[in-house]
Amino acid sequence: MSIFWLTILILGVTGLLAAVVLYAVAKKFYVYEDPRIAEVEALLPGANCGGCGFKGCHDFAAACAGASSLEGINCPSAGKAGMDAIGILLGLKASARNRRVATLACGGGCDRRRPTSEYSGLRSCAIEAAVYAGPTDCPYGCLGCGDCVKACPHDAMRINAATGLPEVDFSKCVGCGVCVKACPRGLMHLCELHQAHHTVVHVACSNHDRGPGVLKACDVSCIGCGKCMKACESKAISIDRFCARVDASECTRCGKCVEVCPRGSILVDQIAVYQRQS
Amino acid sequence: MKIFTFHKGGIHPAERKLTAELPIRPAPAAPVLTLLLSQSIGAPSKPVVKAGERVAAGQPVAEPGGFVGAWIHSPCAGVVKKIERVRTAQGYPADALVIERDAESGERYAYPGLDPAQASSEEIVARVRECGIVGLGGATFPTAVKLVPPEGMTPECVILNGAECEPYLTCDDRLMREHADEIACGAYCLMRAARVRHCYIGIERNKPEAIEAMQRAAAGYEGMKVCVLRTKYPQGGEKQLIAAILGREVPSGALPVSVGAIVDNVATAYAVQQAVVEGKPLTGRVLTVTGEGALNPGNYYVELGTPLLSLVQLSPEAERVIAGGPMMGKAVSRLDSPSTKGLSGLLVPGAPDAGKMQACIRCGACYNVCPMGLEPMMLARQAENADWEGAAGRGVMDCVECGSCAYTCPSRRRLLDWIRYAKSQVRNLK
Repeated sequence: MSIFWLTILILGVTGLLAAVVLYAVAKKFYVYEDPRIAEVEALLPGANCGGCGFKGCHDFAAACAGASSLEGINCPSAGKAGMDAIGILLGLKASARNRRVATLACGGGCDRRRPTSEYSGLRSCAIEAAVYAGPTDCPYGCLGCGDCVKACPHDAMRINAATGLPEVDFSKCVGCGVCVKACPRGLMHLCELHQAHHTVVHVACSNHDRGPGVLKACDVSCIGCGKCMKACESKAISIDRFCARVDASECTRCGKCVEVCPRGSILVDQIAVYQRQS
Repeated sequence: MKIFTFHKGGIHPAERKLTAELPIRPAPAAPVLTLLLSQSIGAPSKPVVKAGERVAAGQPVAEPGGFVGAWIHSPCAGVVKKIERVRTAQGYPADALVIERDAESGERYAYPGLDPAQASSEEIVARVRECGIVGLGGATFPTAVKLVPPEGMTPECVILNGAECEPYLTCDDRLMREHADEIACGAYCLMRAARVRHCYIGIERNKPEAIEAMQRAAAGYEGMKVCVLRTKYPQGGEKQLIAAILGREVPSGALPVSVGAIVDNVATAYAVQQAVVEGKPLTGRVLTVTGEGALNPGNYYVELGTPLLSLVQLSPEAERVIAGGPMMGKAVSRLDSPSTKGLSGLLVPGAPDAGKMQACIRCGACYNVCPMGLEPMMLARQAENADWEGAAGRGVMDCVECGSCAYTCPSRRRLLDWIRYAKSQVRNLK
């Protein structure tokens, strides 16, 4: 027999043996997985952002397939339409949850918050926050290194070059909350949107100090005077340690608080009309 | 003469002890002193005086907020103006007592002096506690807590830390040269308090005058010995000092007393002597003002709460001020903040750091110099990738933050920044 045929024979037999072993192992250690998990996963955006509270899209799909009701299970990235599709697939009713968007509770841009020191360390908010209280007199405000921008899985954030603060593109933001976790100062808040409204009213300040230092530190700092709280007819505003907060679920978007605020700390952000319907 | 040293890692930065020959002088008295209520590790202190109250010099004004905490005393006679929210040197808001000095009144509040040879261990520990003494090497751990070890651990010796391995700083050197007898007496008080028979005073070889002075002073006490250390950074690290003098390694996460050692700074020993023998509480400390950008270099005795701005005169080229030494010190962002018990120096470096950060070239230099035997490059990388469990597994919590890795990195990577951040995150995991 020539060396040619011998080679073919040896390789053929080895391959055959390997195939038999692999087949046997695959049979022996087969793990059943609900085929619907893969189907649900196909309907998800696959961002693995963690906004649903699960580790990733696969875990979320497994939770959907294993659930008897979709109450409380929600993928913010898929939105209402995506959740409805999952509900139809599984024969369950998708729970409706209002869309949320991220807002920044700091309005102290470069022109409004004077720098008092210069930071020359690593461009990372987490590290800067661990080193000192920040380059301005406000120890609560945005550091502007963009940890939130780097963390955003939906490409919905960028640093505004004029103000040095991050901006949220509401047409892309799904309210997954990754930026909330990324901010070492806790400045990103998720704000719930209602069907009837297309604006978000929020206080762009997180300074919990009081006294003249707050006024000096920033032009648009909330001093906790409480004028907005008195003006608000729906009792949506509370003062937490000398800083106002708007409860979005109570807010009627009347805009009275914005008018009375002596500091200009309350902002009204427009959400484009077409998103209201999605 | 035997030279002691630790063996794992270490670096040799330029010493630059510019102020070693300048004797200790009192700093100009500030008209208003701002006493931060959290000057030491542990719970912040609680004020025991009210706004408007008159206080004597040395009178206790704040009590410890918990077991790990310290008394705070007024350095001067005067009036408590208010309890105010001020900023620390790093810019964080913190509560403080503001005391306006009354130059006329020479009122002093003093504790009765004790004879260290006669006083019991408990009496000395109680005195150290009520005089608000904390570790003056920079860690500011309450000394009285350190002197009472946890159940089941017996200290064998007291180690006095006079290594002063940080470049630039000379306050401990000057204190040893000028107050050797007081330091030796303070060491004797610590030995009596901890009920041990041995005391080793570790001093780096680059301070021959201090070594000579301390040897002369230590000769008067049985069991007290000066150990000459090799000049190498971080020789004055607590764990490195124990390794150098006793040849023992403190296990990961354990206290130094688990290997039988209580380590105190020489400045702490001086404060203990003042408290026990003279009955004077801790109301000030020696600090070094140094650096090419400081116009008034020197070693100063500074009352607690003196604004930093009044302590250092900056040259026009000065770019930054560092609280502490160049290796472990922190940049100051507020010069109007007050001095604290833990502040050992104000450094105004001359030429700014010229190097630019580049990519890691995996040379392993940081591995070789880490005195704790860690892998700084891997820890920094894990921090960048937010792998906190992985960093904890590689022993990130054992890092003593000496900065040898960042000092030695040829790519000038900010390794310590990342490692410190990883440590804070690992602490949050628990």
